[in-house]
Amino acid sequence: MEKEAIRNKSGVWDVVKSLVSGARLTMQHFRNAKNRRTPEYVSDENYFKQPDGLATLTYPYEAIPVPDNGRYRLHNEIEDCIVCDLCAKICPVNCITIESVKATEDIGTTSDGTKKRLYAPVFDIDMAKCCYCGLCTSVCPTDCLTMTPVYDFSEVDIKNMVYHFTDLSPEQAQEKQRLFEQQQEEQAAAKAAALAARKKS
Amino acid sequence: MLAFVLTLSLMLLIVVVVVYAERKVAAFMQDRLGPTEAGPYGTLQPLLDVLKLLQKEDIIPSAADKKLFAIAPVLIFVAVFAGFAVIPLSPGLVPAGIGIGVFYFLAIVSLDVIGLLMAGWGSNNKYAMLGAMRSVAQIVSYEIPAGLAILSAVMICQSLDFQEISYQQGAIMNLFPGLEYDTNWLFGIEALGINTTAVGGITTWNIFRAPFLLVAFVVYFIASLAECNRAPFDIPEAESELVAGFHVEYSGFRFAVFFLAEYAMMVLVCLVAVILFLGSWNTPLSNIGPFKLAYLTTGTVGELSGILWGAFWLISKTLVLLFVQLWARWTYPRLRVDQLMHLCWKVLTPVALGLVLLAGIWRLLMV
Ligand code: SF4
Ligand code: SF4
Repeated sequence: MEKEAIRNKSGVWDVVKSLVSGARLTMQHFRNAKNRRTPEYVSDENYFKQPDGLATLTYPYEAIPVPDNGRYRLHNEIEDCIVCDLCAKICPVNCITIESVKATEDIGTTSDGTKKRLYAPVFDIDMAKCCYCGLCTSVCPTDCLTMTPVYDFSEVDIKNMVYHFTDLSPEQAQEKQRLFEQQQEEQAAAKAAALAARKKS
Repeated sequence: MLAFVLTLSLMLLIVVVVVYAERKVAAFMQDRLGPTEAGPYGTLQPLLDVLKLLQKEDIIPSAADKKLFAIAPVLIFVAVFAGFAVIPLSPGLVPAGIGIGVFYFLAIVSLDVIGLLMAGWGSNNKYAMLGAMRSVAQIVSYEIPAGLAILSAVMICQSLDFQEISYQQGAIMNLFPGLEYDTNWLFGIEALGINTTAVGGITTWNIFRAPFLLVAFVVYFIASLAECNRAPFDIPEAESELVAGFHVEYSGFRFAVFFLAEYAMMVLVCLVAVILFLGSWNTPLSNIGPFKLAYLTTGTVGELSGILWGAFWLISKTLVLLFVQLWARWTYPRLRVDQLMHLCWKVLTPVALGLVLLAGIWRLLMV
């Protein structure tokens, strides 16, 4: 390939040579068109060894894998969530909404052995507001809030960008709330009874 | 009537193939994929494009000269399509075998310019006007080297009939009425004493009968690129500066007609280049000793085999030239107006004039 630029007043031969080298270049690309880039991750040894051939990937069918520690869509494994509210507090854009209800009975432990004491009738993350900073995932004590490799999740209606992670239906949530209030009342009644008994004596 | 339908459908078929090829070739040269979704490997893309254009609203700008605006695309298409009338498809098959085919071709194709000017003027738009003026300036100037290059081939062949020129370039020359006793000599020079009349194949192609016609072919090819507004001579359309030149105001059906005419023009100039310089519908294979390859791949004149072989060779040679056109488009940057005119008037025209002189001398050697 010619490296020197063709001067304005160079001879016919130089011009022909430069025309031919240009034509050769495009022809070379045309001939290499039978090779195609394969969707491989950057750590793959082939990744940098594919300089020839078509560079385009047919995206929805093929995609270069994203890094494991990339920051994409959040996922909460609600089974392991202790509803500590740390993620909601640290979030710089306040896109996590958590409501909690105290459990009346024993609801078991998370997979890493932490005791669960709260239900989460509401655990919403608004992915449209989220800036994917990843702070919430780093504070989560049980590591149940994680980033997934999913990055293609645009929606027609922005309401669908709010992801609901709670595992309680509204009825169940009401039931838990009622149980909790009942327990509170019972405790209050027991307390009052104990107080009255003490006064009497 | 049959010839009309046949030519029209053949032309449309080749145009569809070229439009698809253009996208794929462009994509491959730029390391892209090109159309992949519509049909297998995106082959339905050109058809769907046309369908899309036909569905669109037919917009005529209120300030435009409505009559000129409406007639222009039709005029351009008719001019280009009429050019196809004199193209011989194979021995014995030519839509209109008139004796002055070459002259008619040059005349009818120049009508194209009037259509462009009408479109540009009628649109009442400065981009369209500029595009049309550039286009006319370019086409009118490039007709001179193109015409001179054609003239040198005509001088060698001593005929203005495309079909006669075609017969002269093959092994079956003596079948043409009027050429029964003619002979082809190697390089066209009788003094060499090598008779190639029965050898045929590539040795009787015009670029072989008179090797200097190779230069004429190159001159004609460059000029024809300019005549059909192809890159690197696409300043009339210059997407990046004139938006689309003379057809900037056109949409829908009318734009489809422009588009069709442009691609048909590419096909037409390539067909003429093949007929005048590259042996027309003649096979490139020669009769070598006992192997009568030329006769084998020519078929029998007047029968189906002759028509099919002829059409096959003509169209495949044309497609090769069309590929070169696409190749040039995706390789070379656009010329400036002054460079364009410099190339035409100071390079191609003198060379073509020299070729005409040479053609005269060569012809004297041939007889
Ligand atoms: S990634 Fe950042 S912005 Fe998104 S929810 Fe977590 S803390 Fe909030
Ligand atoms: S920080 Fe983790 S455990 Fe705490 S509420 Fe958020 S997701 Fe649940």
